[in-house]
Amino acid sequence: MRYGETGFNLEIDLSRGNIERVENDPVDTELYLGGLGTNAKIMWDRVPPEVDAFSPDNLLIFSAGLLCGTPAVGCNRTIVTTISPQTKLLAFSMMGGFWAPELKYAGYDKVIIRGRSPSLVYLYINNDKVEIRDATHLQGKGSNETTDLLRQEVKDSNAQVAAIGLAGENRVFFASIEQGRSSASRAGIGAVMGDKGLKAIVVRGTRDINVARPAEFHGLCSEVLQYIKKREDNPIPGVMPILAGLGSPQEMKIHDEKWHTESFMWGNSRVRRKDFWTEEVASEWTQTLENTRTRLISCYNCPMKCGGTISIPGLPTYMMKCFSKLTYTMAAFSDLDFGLKIAQRATEYGVDGFSTPQVMAFALELHENGILTDDDFPEMPSDSEGRFYYLLDKIVRREGIGDVLANGTYWAAQEIGKGAEEYAHNNIKKIEQLPLKLSMLNPIYFLMYCTGEKINITQIEGQFPQMPFPKREQREEFVKDWIQVPDDRFKQYFLDWELRGDNSMPFYPTVEMCCDIVDWQEKMHYIDDALGMCAGLSSFPLKPPYHIHNYPKFISSGAGIDMDEDKLTQAAKRYRTLIRAINVRRGMRREDEKPPEDHWKKRFPELEKDLLDTYYKFKGWNEQGIPTKESLEELSLDYVSEDFRKRGILTGNGDTPAADTPAKEEKE
Amino acid sequence: MGEKKKKIIKTIKVDVDKCNGCRACEVICSAFHAEPKYSSNNPARARVRVIRHPLRDIYIPVYAGEYAPAECMGRDQYTIEGKEYEECAFCRASCPSRDAFKEPDSGLPLKCDMCESDPELDEPMCVQWCLNDALIYETREEEVEEDAVAQQEEVEIGLEALAGKYGLQNVMDAVARMSKKD
Repeated sequence: MRYGETGFNLEIDLSRGNIERVENDPVDTELYLGGLGTNAKIMWDRVPPEVDAFSPDNLLIFSAGLLCGTPAVGCNRTIVTTISPQTKLLAFSMMGGFWAPELKYAGYDKVIIRGRSPSLVYLYINNDKVEIRDATHLQGKGSNETTDLLRQEVKDSNAQVAAIGLAGENRVFFASIEQGRSSASRAGIGAVMGDKGLKAIVVRGTRDINVARPAEFHGLCSEVLQYIKKREDNPIPGVMPILAGLGSPQEMKIHDEKWHTESFMWGNSRVRRKDFWTEEVASEWTQTLENTRTRLISCYNCPMKCGGTISIPGLPTYMMKCFSKLTYTMAAFSDLDFGLKIAQRATEYGVDGFSTPQVMAFALELHENGILTDDDFPEMPSDSEGRFYYLLDKIVRREGIGDVLANGTYWAAQEIGKGAEEYAHNNIKKIEQLPLKLSMLNPIYFLMYCTGEKINITQIEGQFPQMPFPKREQREEFVKDWIQVPDDRFKQYFLDWELRGDNSMPFYPTVEMCCDIVDWQEKMHYIDDALGMCAGLSSFPLKPPYHIHNYPKFISSGAGIDMDEDKLTQAAKRYRTLIRAINVRRGMRREDEKPPEDHWKKRFPELEKDLLDTYYKFKGWNEQGIPTKESLEELSLDYVSEDFRKRGILTGNGDTPAADTPAKEEKE
Repeated sequence: MGEKKKKIIKTIKVDVDKCNGCRACEVICSAFHAEPKYSSNNPARARVRVIRHPLRDIYIPVYAGEYAPAECMGRDQYTIEGKEYEECAFCRASCPSRDAFKEPDSGLPLKCDMCESDPELDEPMCVQWCLNDALIYETREEEVEEDAVAQQEEVEIGLEALAGKYGLQNVMDAVARMSKKD
């Protein structure tokens, strides 16, 4: 018997209309865990680097995490993996909500989609009944609209629906997959779904998920629940309210937006408004949220309330999560009322809340600076809010300039030319980043920005405080119950970290310490993504309930895989390295690994070089960021090493890469 | 006069305004009632269901009650504070009109037992797992009068009705068979 997982994947070929239920290999689960880990293995095996995002040969994998469907609190994430049209690298966006556990109860760990349907379809999964059904009547419908219609169509209000809106259908490079209160948004995976002609996946299941050692597993879950309770009653002092508790940053709950509105950039990630948060703004925005937010809501089996139901008079109700609360507001130099209103339309269209507002602000900046002209924006309104609605519609429908902008700022700038590249200034690996422009280099964040392959800072940071606490007594207090650290040395790093003086940034934490810290931060995200755990209860917040010390017990007693900290660390390193290998095979090299040029004002080129060199070595990668033969073999990834040798990415007798990397040739 | 008897009334107070729709109550209910305990998980087996319509802001945890062999002759539908609830939304019955509260494999009815177990739990599992306090467990003691005469009368009325429907002989046969089993 399989525990935790079901042991079966669904293989769907949309070109041929073929559906197969295929047993998956438990050995792969042991090596790559599940979720992201086994997704990466499938992508490596079946999607060679020649395959484009919009090729029928590209796979779109919806995977439940290994422990989704068990009572592990907050373990509900769907990990969607494909090749991104925006980065041309691996995209592995995730979503919480209710979809992944439902898939498990239907009897499947993954839905693996290949091919392209000649007309718009949806996939209906109801236990053993799996059908590809016509969806032409849903063409152009919003994501929430589609969900509603499909629930009526299958006559089951408990069915869970993951759907794209018009943006996905029109292959907008930053289209999302929406699922009620959650979405998998980054890197344009909704565009791949649209390219495949797949409007939605409806899933309903009434089967059992078994755990290997029930009493032990239940005990662990209860401990987590008790810890959450305790942690929520005792917020961490000295950090801002949205980061003091657990969960995603509590954007739907908390009204005080001083930090975001005054520290983050407005417009096209340009303008800092240091005295923005006045009492007047605070009271107006508080009122806006109070009047529209009808309820704080959760994902499956989680007591945290990171989402909100937003009901604005005259508009359909929708559910909002996290920071899209402010991204439209700030990009348009507007207010919260506008932000919540346009987010309703954006959610129905199904677009990423980080990229979309920046693309629109970028377009308006090009217009202001004469690179784009009035002719590019026929009949555009004159007010900022009106312009955002106008641009959103143009982009999602790919009309006129919208067709260019729909490819994101990087590709749009390439196409527009005339110096437009300078305005696509906030990207890493071609993806729009959080609008942050800061003064002095933070060495920990430098490494995360450079090397994070989810290419979003929130998907690699966490656990370790963002800044030193001013007083030693505060730091001593903080480390007292810091049980999550893999080793006590991390406590020392933090204890000695000062705001000023010898032990301050950028030279403290030292290069070696930074590598150690970043490796820990990243590792926890990768483990979450294999297990299906929400980062909000694990890798993201300070002092989370899940950590490297209790995870092995969850896996052992839940999935029945004999696990300890070393084995888990090794497994996470294995699929993390495999993801790097997939991207290396697609041409990613050191030159791609850099923060936006203007992210920090004060830069330290020598230190930065040292940081990256040392971190690469620490990770078992060579100076180009390519995993070495030795490190690959140590991780039982010999097949990667062999492939690299064949492709000339690594030379046969060692780990030295060819001087002219394939990536470079391609770019020239 | 009948004698006074003490009876514990167990209540789960449901505050739908506090429900965040996470379905933890369903999750832990199905795990607790699995055999062996906690060995399997399947909300379709839970004895509590959150009736959810997120976009209409409807979240109602409903507990499985009595089994009903037949549908009601009529159905009810409530509108409360402008929210229109689905037909039979608050009904606890496991009945032919809907899928809720039936074992998914056998179709046998499910019923909340307040997590009766030995040793007794402080609170039913669903209440323990609801950190948002949408579910609150309360017990109170009530003195009930057990009137033997009244009870006897009720039994007779019931038997008369059965005899009217099935014939006295059939009822007598059934009673005879039942008494043999004991």
